[in-house]
Amino acid sequence: MAGTAEPAVAAEPKGATREFTLRIRRYDPESGEAPYWVQHTIELEPHRSVLEGILQAKGRFDGSIGIRCSCRAAICGSCGVRINGQPGLACHTHLDHALSTSKDGVIEVEPMGNMPVIKDLIVDMDAVHWKKVHRITPWLINKQPIPEREYVVPRESMVDVTQSMACIQCGACVSDCLSMEVDPEFIGPAALAKAYRFVGDPRDAQQFERLKDLAEDPAGIYDCTHCFKCVEACPKGVAPMSQIMRLRRRAGDDHHIDDRNNGHRHEAAFVTLVEQGGLLHEAELLPRSYGGNSWFGKFAPPAGLELLDSLPVITRALLRRKVTPGAALRPHKIPKPDLKQVQRIYGEVHGREERVEFNLYISGKDEDNQEAPAS
Amino acid sequence: MPAHDVLIIGAGLAGQRAALAAADAGATVAIMSKVHPVRSHSVAAAGGINAAINPADDWRSHAYDTVKGSDFIGDQDAIEVMCREAPGEIMHLEHIGVTFHRDETGHLDLRAFGGASMKRTAYVADITGQAILHVLYEQLMKYHERVDRYEEWFTTSLIQDDDGSCVGCVARDIRSGAMETFVAKNVILASGGAGQCFKPTTNGLICTGDGMAPAYRLGAPLMDMEMVQYHPTCLVENGFLITEGARGEGAHLLNSKGERFMEKYAPNKLELASRDVVSRAEQTEINEGRGVGPNGEGIYLDITVVPRKRTLEALREIVNIGKDFAGVDITREPIMIRPGQHYVMGGVKTDVDGRTPIEGLYAAGEVACVSVHGGNRLGANSLLDTLIFGRRSGEHAAHRAKGMAMPKASDAHLERDAAWIESILARDRGGRRISEIKDELGTEMNRNVAVFREQEGLEHALGVVRRLKQEAASAYVDDRGTVFNQDVLGAIELGFMLDVAECIVTGAIERTESRGAQTRTDFPERNDAEWQKHINLTYSDAGPEISYSEVTITQWQPEERKY
Repeated sequence: MAGTAEPAVAAEPKGATREFTLRIRRYDPESGEAPYWVQHTIELEPHRSVLEGILQAKGRFDGSIGIRCSCRAAICGSCGVRINGQPGLACHTHLDHALSTSKDGVIEVEPMGNMPVIKDLIVDMDAVHWKKVHRITPWLINKQPIPEREYVVPRESMVDVTQSMACIQCGACVSDCLSMEVDPEFIGPAALAKAYRFVGDPRDAQQFERLKDLAEDPAGIYDCTHCFKCVEACPKGVAPMSQIMRLRRRAGDDHHIDDRNNGHRHEAAFVTLVEQGGLLHEAELLPRSYGGNSWFGKFAPPAGLELLDSLPVITRALLRRKVTPGAALRPHKIPKPDLKQVQRIYGEVHGREERVEFNLYISGKDEDNQEAPAS
Repeated sequence: MPAHDVLIIGAGLAGQRAALAAADAGATVAIMSKVHPVRSHSVAAAGGINAAINPADDWRSHAYDTVKGSDFIGDQDAIEVMCREAPGEIMHLEHIGVTFHRDETGHLDLRAFGGASMKRTAYVADITGQAILHVLYEQLMKYHERVDRYEEWFTTSLIQDDDGSCVGCVARDIRSGAMETFVAKNVILASGGAGQCFKPTTNGLICTGDGMAPAYRLGAPLMDMEMVQYHPTCLVENGFLITEGARGEGAHLLNSKGERFMEKYAPNKLELASRDVVSRAEQTEINEGRGVGPNGEGIYLDITVVPRKRTLEALREIVNIGKDFAGVDITREPIMIRPGQHYVMGGVKTDVDGRTPIEGLYAAGEVACVSVHGGNRLGANSLLDTLIFGRRSGEHAAHRAKGMAMPKASDAHLERDAAWIESILARDRGGRRISEIKDELGTEMNRNVAVFREQEGLEHALGVVRRLKQEAASAYVDDRGTVFNQDVLGAIELGFMLDVAECIVTGAIERTESRGAQTRTDFPERNDAEWQKHINLTYSDAGPEISYSEVTITQWQPEERKY
């Protein structure tokens, strides 16, 4: 993850500066020219940030380099960029770390993806990011009556939503969201993480309506493909994909929302198949998703229709030998002890009274919770 | 030309709160900011917000602590308003969705903070400012049909009509470079502080005195400008802020001998004395050779005494800052800090409704000086200040707008500002670079207008500022374009910063005593007989003109200040 490398800088003698070369992608919308690259060599201590490097180049060599920035401390969320192809905050990425991930000893900085570039490193967040945030009804809809003083709510619930409150709206997760690349309509990781902030908030009156809305939207919570890109990109540990998965669990498991995208049923079929066989049985997945989560699913009319619909794809896959009929129809086998292990995990998880959700502010590491307070 | 009842310049906490309050009061509202609202520097406020909401607490206790913190030049009528209205404001924030930390019973939890006689700081981990700012922005999105947002618009100047009333502003759309005149019955400045006059500073790069300077140029007095807060715990490395919440949770300050030296300076409150006291103590330790680090210019902040789980839950942001920007795991080892520029107590003089002496012009938040902070602001009172006086300004301006005709403005101001920008773009490359001038300003201010000040250093600083003003007038820009020309805006900001710096230094020279954040080594005592008053600075071509105003005292007479 950008900038969160081990504190390797501690060993460096303080004050020792060295040269770094930055390759910055420039774009001047007024010139009518295509984007181009410019290199600047700057001199800073290795633990300084890429942003400081860019600002030095801007200050010393070329004041026309465009980048949004303010706090320099990873809290205002202005300086989202791609560094050596990885999205993150320029202020939150050390120069030495950036150098270690560069292809050719030059640190490459370019604007974030999935959003139109306005100038140089500045992208149009309104056109994509903020529009999507607006889509999720991003304000609290109060449970009535509003109390005179504060709502009395469980301590844990507030800490719980604080993880998504910790999002600084930098757009790094949006930049490299693969689903959004394929489906620009996808509400996307940042806005959905924001949605959890309301769905998880006990003061909100419309949790069911919000979940129903996000589950039924073809570009909603089931449009995420679990690629983890957003989790890697997030400089604040918000883990947007985890928030999306929590929305799914709330929608499907808690509110029993069977969405028209078949998202929840697909997920249930997936889980059942792995539980039964230890590995996914792909040929069963579709019929079970559409026809009910059992072996008889394939005889249900919607599954048949979907199968018919998928015939061309299946035929092409067979012709290109992506699958063979035998392998497709037989489930994968794994050794019995391994299957037992898998099922033990299921047993463990199902056996819990409460669902355990990872939270940045609560879990820390196991040892942290056991450690006695220092005197 | 856009016309509104209330035009708000700046979209941090004060600005957004003002916008929502004005809209609730039925006004047509526009809010304008040079950055997207959630980038505003309020986002960096970490520790929390003060209010006497504990049933055992009393707003008068909060008010007294604030008066004492101000070293008795805070205006007590304003302090009373702020502290009395604080609990209601916290409840409002809670109702609109701020995720305040709860105690085991599900009620708001409170943490200890500096200069406070009991726990009265509500918080969201150590991202309180961010949490409130983002929730207010949620409300602005909810109000999208009632509040016009001009995001990434830069205000170049305020407009005055023939009677001297403020009737709008001229602004540049940063994305397109287009200039526009905005007419308004009322203008509320909420553009934040001017920390970039100092280097290093905890303030963001956007804190360049964008409201103070235009108001000053319009004739509004700036008050208490000599009062500049140095926060006791900033990273030696780069000046980044370590929240006072750390000491609130129990962290210690240690010198090179491993002593908790605050025992000497504030035997009762120790690390939780007010910020001026702690910063002075640290700087004294450093100056007397008991600092830590290779150059002896730091102090250890030891957070390891706070239970690790608590640190990870309640101080997460500074765990990250320690790890990412200093290579230190604060849960395992002490971190090196020192005092650093953090806040300007002074600003555009206002009354308790945010009104400045210029008709139609209001100010709220760090840009303003009500004065609730006087000589020294208590931690977690700044968020409160922004919200209370942001709301009051918004409400008052909305009421003032009722029954008033929309003022008329010509494009003369726009043409003047457009010509001004053209002239900056046209400068030849003979002068200095803007970044150089800015660096020199910040370094000089931090050297001579810092925790300890004396005549000679201050005179030197004033000389430097005046020379830099000359140089800034010919400093050139590289960017000649219109789309996102940050270079030309940088030139304008530099001019704002130099005006503000000149006022800060002038005030510091004028006040020949030590009070609050102003410590004059050549005048080490507080001198109530002569200096129990505010210094006001008004623009003139020759430099700031000095006048004085009375400190309002309601129930607390000045007394010796001990922590």
